[in-house]
Amino acid sequence: MNAPNASGWRPEMGEAGAILPATVSGDHGLNLEEKLIFELAAPGTYGVDFDDADVAPAPALGKFLRKAAPALPGLTEPEVVRHYTRLSRQNYAIDLGPFPLGSCTMKHNPRLNEKVARMAGFADVHPLQPTQTVQGALKVITQLADWLMALTGMPAVAMTPKAGAHGELCGLLCIRAALTARGEERPVVLVPESAHGTNPATAAFAGFRVENIPATEDGRVDVAALTARLGPDIAGVMITNPNTCGLFERDLKVISDAVHGVGGYVYCDGANFNAIVGKVRPGDLGIDAMHINLHKTFSTPHGGGGPGSGPVVLSEALAPFAPLPFATLDADGVAHLVEEGDAHDHGHPNSFGRMTAFHGQMGMFTRALTYILSHGADGLRQVSEDAVLNANYILRELEDVLDAPFAAYGPCMHEALFSDNGMAEGFSTLDLAKGLIDEGFHPMTVYFPLVVHGAMLVEPTETESKAGTDRLIASMRSLAERGRAGDVTLKSAPHYTPRRRVDETLAARKPKLVWKD
Amino acid sequence: MTRYFTKDHEWISVDGDVATVGITDFAQNALGDITFVEVPEAGKAVSKGDTAAVVDSVKAASDVYAPVSGEVIEGNAALEEAPELVNTSPESEGWLWRMSVSDAGELADLMDEAAYAAYIAEL
Repeated sequence: MNAPNASGWRPEMGEAGAILPATVSGDHGLNLEEKLIFELAAPGTYGVDFDDADVAPAPALGKFLRKAAPALPGLTEPEVVRHYTRLSRQNYAIDLGPFPLGSCTMKHNPRLNEKVARMAGFADVHPLQPTQTVQGALKVITQLADWLMALTGMPAVAMTPKAGAHGELCGLLCIRAALTARGEERPVVLVPESAHGTNPATAAFAGFRVENIPATEDGRVDVAALTARLGPDIAGVMITNPNTCGLFERDLKVISDAVHGVGGYVYCDGANFNAIVGKVRPGDLGIDAMHINLHKTFSTPHGGGGPGSGPVVLSEALAPFAPLPFATLDADGVAHLVEEGDAHDHGHPNSFGRMTAFHGQMGMFTRALTYILSHGADGLRQVSEDAVLNANYILRELEDVLDAPFAAYGPCMHEALFSDNGMAEGFSTLDLAKGLIDEGFHPMTVYFPLVVHGAMLVEPTETESKAGTDRLIASMRSLAERGRAGDVTLKSAPHYTPRRRVDETLAARKPKLVWKD
Repeated sequence: MTRYFTKDHEWISVDGDVATVGITDFAQNALGDITFVEVPEAGKAVSKGDTAAVVDSVKAASDVYAPVSGEVIEGNAALEEAPELVNTSPESEGWLWRMSVSDAGELADLMDEAAYAAYIAEL
């Protein structure tokens, strides 16, 4: 059988040199050997018994009538349930252990969020219901919007974008609309090397030409290089702050003033807002637009656990172009959803259009507002402080065994960045990441950002305890020491997973995307 | 035939007004296993510094810039089936595209082999 499961290490093969009794089933205790669902299927098996059809198919189907049975696997209901439950046990999740994936802010999702999101008034509503029947849900949106504006010091927010990159697009479409309203065409967006990888992609998608700005030795935007490039062809800059090196861009106000000086706009990637909530208001730094990942900073589930949500806060200059629809409170306190038909009456005639069918990710709004209200302003400030403290703890505990390129320039923000310099010949970041799987942790972000050789970006978040962080540090220290010493067993890690080190190059060059040809 | 190098680790071999472009051994070594190469189509006009090709590796996707201005004559079709040629033979069989050179004066900004060797020794 030409199936992906047919190759690679299987549990019954055991460790090289180890004497392990084979099992008939292929399972090793709770280490399950699960076949593909097509391999489990048997012809003629169904989850439901149907009577033989005693009537002819409806003639209206015409040419759409199937000539052959659909190629669906035949299984009973318990077989289907067990298959997916067994697969889910091979997954790793934030509910199983630390998930130090830098730049992703995989923090704990408080269960209070889930309780509130499941309340009938929020969960069992439909976007097309008359607004007088969903006043509470709409007020969640306006109240969350008020919080996001207050926390960022910005006068407006577009709530509809559904993820970080969608928010970036929203911000750049606002910039494009603002330039068009001024009668200008500016083709270039500047993106520093320390920005998120989605930034240049977004700028290109929005029709701008991207030019890179180099980073300085201390991992921040080269302000001299950026200001030297400014001119009448610059639509704006996209800066990630804190940046992907886990560092605060100290010169952002200088940069904003310079960009505004030539008539451009400043987009800030706010994916790392988790590090500065309650400490810094982006509006005070001269930002014109910034997305906020509710699924990172405000603890709504992501990474397979739920959809993202990326509201975009906007400056006075860009607010008139924000997308429709948006929720607003009338003077008498009644919540209202402003659409194309009444945008003019609500003083919003210049919107660039719509990005979504409806008003945004209601389930994420409910969770994020719950998170904000349960923490309060002081609690949110402590979240940032603890996230930064945890990252600096990891940075300082490991800098003697892992090269930390920016550690000498001062503290980091919410993530610690290491390189693979100092490893034995032939050992690299990938080996440490695979070793971390054996240690029972999800690996850190690897080979990003590109400005550091063999980057390892570790983001513990504020929700790990000191004891949990110490366990992660102990594992990383051991792996770093093995890498420095050239321990060959690290080269073949992971050893304790259902599959060993897979051939990622072959998988990328010749992917098999169907279970059989 | 004269070979020049850029700071972005492209090489360019010039024969009259026709040039062949690829990435250096240093570059392929830094990128790791290359999984996909997007080469430019014949007839595409490129200016010096434009992104002309994209090289995907297991670590990253990297732009390859045109070392000089001109028009693409052909992309290396062999890379579609065998992107690993850029790893195994970066400065020969793993070439990326051939192009005309519209301004030979632009070559003066590039490094020769000795200057490039000194440049990467410092990285």
